[in-house]
Amino acid sequence: MTLHKTIAGAMLASTLFAGAALAQTELTMWYHGAGNETEMVLVNEMLAEFNASQSDWKVVITTFPQGAYNDSIVAGALAGTLPDIIDIDGPILPNWAWAGYLQPLAIDESLIKDYLPGPKGVWDGKLYGIGMWDAAVSLVTRQAYLDELKLRKPTLDEPWTGEEFQAALDAAKNSGKFEYALDLGMAWTGEWYPYAFSPFLQSFGGDMVDRTTYKTAEGALNGEAGMAFGNWWQGLFKGGYAQATQDGADRDSGFASGKYAFSWNGNWAALGALDAYDDVVFMPAPNFGTGSKIGAASWQLSISATSKHADGANAFINFALQPSNLARFSKGLGLIPATAAAAELTDNYKAGGPLAVFYDLSQRQGLLRPVTPGYPVAAKIFEKALADIANGADVEATLDAATDEIDADIEKNGGYGH
Amino acid sequence: MASKFTVSHRSGWLMAGPAFGLMVAFVLLPFVFAVAFSFTNQRLISPNPTEFVGLTNYEQLLGLGLLTLDPLKDASGAVQMKDGEPEYPSLRSYTRNNPDYPQYDGKREWFSFSSGGDARTFVLASDVVFMKAVVNTFLFVIIVAPLQGGLALGLALLINQKLRGINVFRTIYFMPVVVSIVVVSILWKIIYDGNSGLLNNILSGLTFGAFQPVDWLGNTNTALGAIIGMSIWQAVGFHMVIWLSGLQTISPTLYEAAAIEGASKWQVFRYITWPGLRNTAVLVLIVITMQAFGLFAQINVMTKGGPIDSTQTIVFQAIQRGYGKQDISGGSAISVILFLIVLSVSLVQRYLTRDKEAK
Repeated sequence: MTLHKTIAGAMLASTLFAGAALAQTELTMWYHGAGNETEMVLVNEMLAEFNASQSDWKVVITTFPQGAYNDSIVAGALAGTLPDIIDIDGPILPNWAWAGYLQPLAIDESLIKDYLPGPKGVWDGKLYGIGMWDAAVSLVTRQAYLDELKLRKPTLDEPWTGEEFQAALDAAKNSGKFEYALDLGMAWTGEWYPYAFSPFLQSFGGDMVDRTTYKTAEGALNGEAGMAFGNWWQGLFKGGYAQATQDGADRDSGFASGKYAFSWNGNWAALGALDAYDDVVFMPAPNFGTGSKIGAASWQLSISATSKHADGANAFINFALQPSNLARFSKGLGLIPATAAAAELTDNYKAGGPLAVFYDLSQRQGLLRPVTPGYPVAAKIFEKALADIANGADVEATLDAATDEIDADIEKNGGYGH
Repeated sequence: MASKFTVSHRSGWLMAGPAFGLMVAFVLLPFVFAVAFSFTNQRLISPNPTEFVGLTNYEQLLGLGLLTLDPLKDASGAVQMKDGEPEYPSLRSYTRNNPDYPQYDGKREWFSFSSGGDARTFVLASDVVFMKAVVNTFLFVIIVAPLQGGLALGLALLINQKLRGINVFRTIYFMPVVVSIVVVSILWKIIYDGNSGLLNNILSGLTFGAFQPVDWLGNTNTALGAIIGMSIWQAVGFHMVIWLSGLQTISPTLYEAAAIEGASKWQVFRYITWPGLRNTAVLVLIVITMQAFGLFAQINVMTKGGPIDSTQTIVFQAIQRGYGKQDISGGSAISVILFLIVLSVSLVQRYLTRDKEAK
C-alpha cells in the first residue's frame, strides 16, 4: 500500500518536473477588477506582454468584483489557498502584512526611486506592496461659478482657508442656483468616507489615531481639533450646504447637471467632468489650519506569504512597474501615474495636461491613511461616526464613543505590533 | 451490541444521513464554535494567539449603569436652563477618565428619564449600539408577528374561494416570496427614495401635491417603519400559503352544517374556521417570530443600521462585528445571546399556546 503510493507519487512528481522544464511555470494572480471592462482589457494586455516577454513564468489571473474582493482574500488566507500575486488596497496592506498573508517584495530600487509616496506599501520598514498609480481628490467646480459668486480661485500654494471655503459655500447657497452647494459623495458608503473625509479632520489637526504611538485615538479623534472638525462637519448638513443621504445617481451626474456648485471627487471622475463643461476647475482641499490634505494610496501589487514562486512574482512586478505600463493604466483609466517620467508619457498628466494638477495634488498634499494594522477596523468606526454626525447625532458623544471603540480594538489586538 | 433502534432503523438513518450530516456541519458545529469563541478574544485576522477571556465579551455587550444627576444651578440657586430644558452636568465628566466613578468608565447615555423633581436618571450602557439593536429587533418582532400573521390569514381567506382565475391572485400574492430578498430590498430602496421615489410620488399625486416628500430610509423616525412595511409585504405570501393549507384541512361538512343552521359569516369564522386553524396558528406565529429575530438582509442592503442606529438589529451587529470589525469573539457572543433570546421566546410561546384541553 505505502510502496504503491510512493511509486505513484514519484511518477507524478517526475512528470510535473518534466512539464516545468518544458513550459513556463504558472503564477496565479487575483485581481479586484471584475466587471470593469476597460481595466480588465488593460490588465490582460499587460499579462500577455509579460508572458510573451520571457520563457520562465506565465501569469494566470482570476478576477473578483471589488465589493467581494477583500472577503475573498481573507477567506483564501484562512483556507491557505492564496495565489502568488494579489493586488490590495493600500491602507489595508499593513493589516494583511501584520497578519502574515504577505511577504516583502524584492524589486529593483531604481524603478521606485522617483515614486510618489502614496503607492508604496510599507509596513514595519519593509516594502510589501507597490502601486502602478495613485489617486487624488480635488474640489471640482467651474470657472463660471467662481466668477459669478465672485470667489478667488485657490491655488496649490494658496488654497482656500476654512473661512474662505465657508464663504464660498454661503455664496453658492444664497445664490439659489443650486440644489446643494456641496456634493461630498455621501452616496459612496464604505472606504470613501475615511479616504475622502479623514483628510479634513487631519487638516483641522486631528486624526483617526494618534500617529506618534498608534496605541490610542484619545485626544486625536476626540480632542479639540476633532471636536472642531465634528462641529464643522455637522454644520455642513444642518446648514443645508450638503445632503446627508444622497442618491447614487446624483453623485454620478449631479455636478454635470448643475445640481451642485462644488463637488469633492477623485481624479477617476475628472474626465467625466471635463466632458460636461469646458471650464472645469480642479481646486485643492481647503486648509483648516494645518495645511491642505488629501488621501493617498490606491491599489497595489503584492506577493502572498505562501507563494512558492516569489522570484517569478517579483519578476512580474518589476515588469509591471515599467513607465510604459504605468502610462498604460493612466491613459486607459485616468489614474495618476506613479512617477513623473511615466506622467510625461500621457496626454492628461504631462506638464500642462488637463489633469496634471492631480499629480501635483498627490505629490504635495497626499497623506497616507494611518499606517497600522488597526486601520480597517478604525476606518469602519470612523465611517459610522461621520454618518451619525451627519444625521444629527451629538458630536461630542459620537466622537468619544468612536475613540473608545478604536482604543478597545487596539487593546484587544495587543497594540497591533507597534 | 447493536440495539433494535440502530439496526432496524438502518435505512432510516441512511436516508436521514445527508441532511443530518449537513445540519451537523453547518448548524451544530458552528454553534459549538460560537459558544467557545465567545469566551475568548478570537479575531478574524491576527497573528496573536487566542486567549480565554471569560465573560469579558458579555460584560462589554450587556454592561449597564444608572446615574442620577441634579441640574446645574447658578449662583442664586436657580436651575440653569438651556433651550427650555434644565441643564445637567456633562455626562462626559463622569464617564471619561474620572477615577471617582470607575463603574461608568467608557459607558454612554442610552436614554434618560425624570426621577422626581428636577433630577434626571441617565441609563448608561457599555454598548449603546447593541442595546439599540436589541430594542429594534424586539420592536420589529412585536409589530411584524401579529401584523404579518393577520394579513396572511386575511389573504388566505380571500383566495380560499372557488372563483374563476383565483390562481392568478394566488400567484400574485406569492410572487414576492420567490424573489430574492436582496433584489426586493434594492427595489424598495428605490421606492423609498427621498427625492424621486415611487412612494413619495404616489403620495404627492394622491394629495394633489400637498404631501411633502419624506426621506423614508434617511429619517430616524421612519426608517424602521419603512423596513417593517417592506418586510411584511415580502414575506406575507409564504404564511398565506401555510394558512391556506390549514384552511383546506377543515372538513367542508362542518361548513355545510353551519349553513343549514343559518350561521352568520362571523359565527362560521369564530366557531369553525378559527378552531380548525389552531395548530396552523401556532406554527405561523412561531415561524414568523423566529424569522423576524433573524432580520438582516434588508438592513444590510437598505440602511446598514443607520441613520443613527435607528435600524440596527442583533444579527446585523453580529455580522458587522465578526467580519466588518474582525472581532469574531464579539460577534459570537452576540449570536449566543440571540440564541438564548429566541429559545426563551419560543419556550414562552409554546407554553402560552399549549393545548390546555388535552391535559
